[in-house]
Amino acid sequence: MSPLRSPTPFWRRASIRVWIAQVFFVLLIALAAGFFYSNLMHALRTRGLSVSFRFLTLEAGFRIGETPIPYDPGDSYGRAFLVGVLNTLRVTGIGIILATLLGVIAGVARFSPNWLIRQIVAGYVELIRNTPLLVQLVFWYYAVIFKMPTIQESITIARSILISHRGIALPWPRPTGAFLPWFSFLLVGTVVAAGVGRFRQQYQGRTGRPGYPWLSAISVWVLFAAGGWLLFGSPVWMDRPVIQGTIYRGGVVLTPEFASLLVGLVVYTAAFIAEVVRGGILSVRKGQVEAARALGLREGQILRLIIFPQALRVIIPPLTSQYLNLAKNSSLAIAVGFPDLFSVGKTIFNQTGQPVPAVILVMATYLAMSLFTSLLMNIYNRHVQFLEK
Amino acid sequence: MNISSNVPRPPSISLTPWEWMRKNLLSPWYNGLLTLLTLGFLYGVGKGILTWVLKEARWEVVTDNFRLFLVGQYPSDQLWRVWLGLLGLSLLLGLTGGVWKGTAYSFARATLVALGIFLLVPASWGTRTWLIANGVALAGGILAGRRFRSRRFQQGVLAGWLLYFPLLVFLLRGRPPLLSPVEPGLWGGLLLTFLLALVSIVLSFPIGVLLALGRRSALPAVRLFSVLYIEVIRGVPLVTVLFMADIMLPLFLPEGLRVDRALRAMMGFTLFSAAYVAENVRGGLQAIPAGQIEAAHALGLNSFQTTLFIILPQALRLVIPANVGQFISLFKDTSLVAIMGLLELLGIGKAVLANPAYMGLYREVYLFVALVYGIFSYAMSYASLRLEKALGVGER
Repeated sequence: MSPLRSPTPFWRRASIRVWIAQVFFVLLIALAAGFFYSNLMHALRTRGLSVSFRFLTLEAGFRIGETPIPYDPGDSYGRAFLVGVLNTLRVTGIGIILATLLGVIAGVARFSPNWLIRQIVAGYVELIRNTPLLVQLVFWYYAVIFKMPTIQESITIARSILISHRGIALPWPRPTGAFLPWFSFLLVGTVVAAGVGRFRQQYQGRTGRPGYPWLSAISVWVLFAAGGWLLFGSPVWMDRPVIQGTIYRGGVVLTPEFASLLVGLVVYTAAFIAEVVRGGILSVRKGQVEAARALGLREGQILRLIIFPQALRVIIPPLTSQYLNLAKNSSLAIAVGFPDLFSVGKTIFNQTGQPVPAVILVMATYLAMSLFTSLLMNIYNRHVQFLEK
Repeated sequence: MNISSNVPRPPSISLTPWEWMRKNLLSPWYNGLLTLLTLGFLYGVGKGILTWVLKEARWEVVTDNFRLFLVGQYPSDQLWRVWLGLLGLSLLLGLTGGVWKGTAYSFARATLVALGIFLLVPASWGTRTWLIANGVALAGGILAGRRFRSRRFQQGVLAGWLLYFPLLVFLLRGRPPLLSPVEPGLWGGLLLTFLLALVSIVLSFPIGVLLALGRRSALPAVRLFSVLYIEVIRGVPLVTVLFMADIMLPLFLPEGLRVDRALRAMMGFTLFSAAYVAENVRGGLQAIPAGQIEAAHALGLNSFQTTLFIILPQALRLVIPANVGQFISLFKDTSLVAIMGLLELLGIGKAVLANPAYMGLYREVYLFVALVYGIFSYAMSYASLRLEKALGVGER
């Protein structure tokens, strides 16, 4: 029988086979899911568990060490969970800012003309990247902050930063009565400064002579800020922490848990960000720098105007995943006793004994946070990429 | 035409030490100042650390509990099983180093040196005998591997690696008529760390490859499932996956089937790591030019054969470095089971610190734990760097 004459049997046709395979796959998944589902239902029935989220309105009854919003044990589980979420967001937000600063500095320092600095930064990166974050966190908590002196013998830096095993107290600027008029005055100043900067820029473009647009705008702005200060009096006062008995009064106090988690996350993530920044800078072709030098740009200008804008395109995607990693790694807070969302979720599970809703609640929250962050960073990424036709 | 051979190379610059110092440390003047400040800082910190390490630190917390750190509560009369497992590992490593030159060889040689260093550490004669036996197995493996460097023998060594892991687990776990059982709950320390990492790595790799293929599949249902799985797992922290494996896995399994905590952790790691492996492999799959697939189809291979014989061998070779990186981070992440209450390296550290005799010796214990993790992950990343060069992945 010649294959040319006989039609292909229907089960050998590609379009049909694709469908058969899919039906098979879906069936297989459904079977597995059904198996697990029936096991789950059986287990839930025999152990008297439920999958309902109704417990969220019940009284939580447990204390939380750190609460950004008012909370007491009489509040609901839902509010307790919210406290955990806010704690996670707090440590993640501050951590991302600090880790970016430290990471960029360390990444740029890998190209320092000073050999010693290069070696120190390389050592820092290798040391941090080759040990587990969890070990680093417990080290910061138990072996560093825990071993600090007692509160009466706090280490004092510049007469305003106090460090002891009860935490770190920092001075914090707080607004005085003069803040509002001063701030309004400064807003006017900002508009004027922007106008001056623009004018100088146009002057530079028109005449070709240096107009120092940024320099003049900033000096106008500073003049306004200082003038407002003289007119209305000091707009802020420094709230310096003081030791009172066994606690700190005033300032902003970081608890040992928060401080060690923050320091651990920042130091760890910064080492990875430094590598990302280094890779980005290395990706800029040498010819770009040489051309910039030939045009007479200074080293600082080359870094700011030539290298960074081009390196940024390479840096943003891996930087995004480092931010996401920091957010996810903040879940290790439980090891140092910081009440973040995972830690509170676990406490809720321990109290209610309901594994299914607890796991779903925690995982869904993290998932939502991750998706939201990657959405934001994707938008920013599109912004810095080359506009291609 | 090759014109590069006619172009003279730039002259190599040789600096005297003084010139080198001036260039790298002292000029311009603020650099010199920076150098001085850094040196002062390094001196202060280094002096403090050295004084503490040599004089103040109470290292007996490590030396007294050394066995706990290595194997946890594994029964001491059954320790020979661990040693036997190590012996097999040494033999295989030696054979691999002998059969393949390059990275594997230098790795085996480095291990031999490390064994020699361990011999200098004061230990019982039993331990020393085992160490020497390991060294002999390693050296013998290298020599035997160099002798029979054939294709058949290479395949044999690979098969040996594949057989090794189930055999090792059997050896450690035991089965009543042959070997007395040792419950996984007793495995601990570095032994448990390695078992968690190895089992999860070996199991997550094939799942990851399947997921990567699924994500690029022509079947929408398969694709959707793979994308969902990968993105959900990558969107949540590892602790939550472990938490789920710990408290929800027993509910999903049929009644009466009890899974040990260590095994539950391994499942959690496997599920987690598979998603990351899948993304690495996907990168490799995308790098294979479409012409390869078209050529394979033109030769009459079907989709299955194309994937298995044409695409995967090329793609997997490309993603070896990325996957080694993933495995290193998995090795470090095994420390997270300490949160679940398992006694791996970090968990043992915590347990030792709970002993009133060693109260407050946090620095000593955690530094030691960090050092052990550091040595192994540094060795692995060094090996991966060598491997990357040997494969020439970046240069094609």
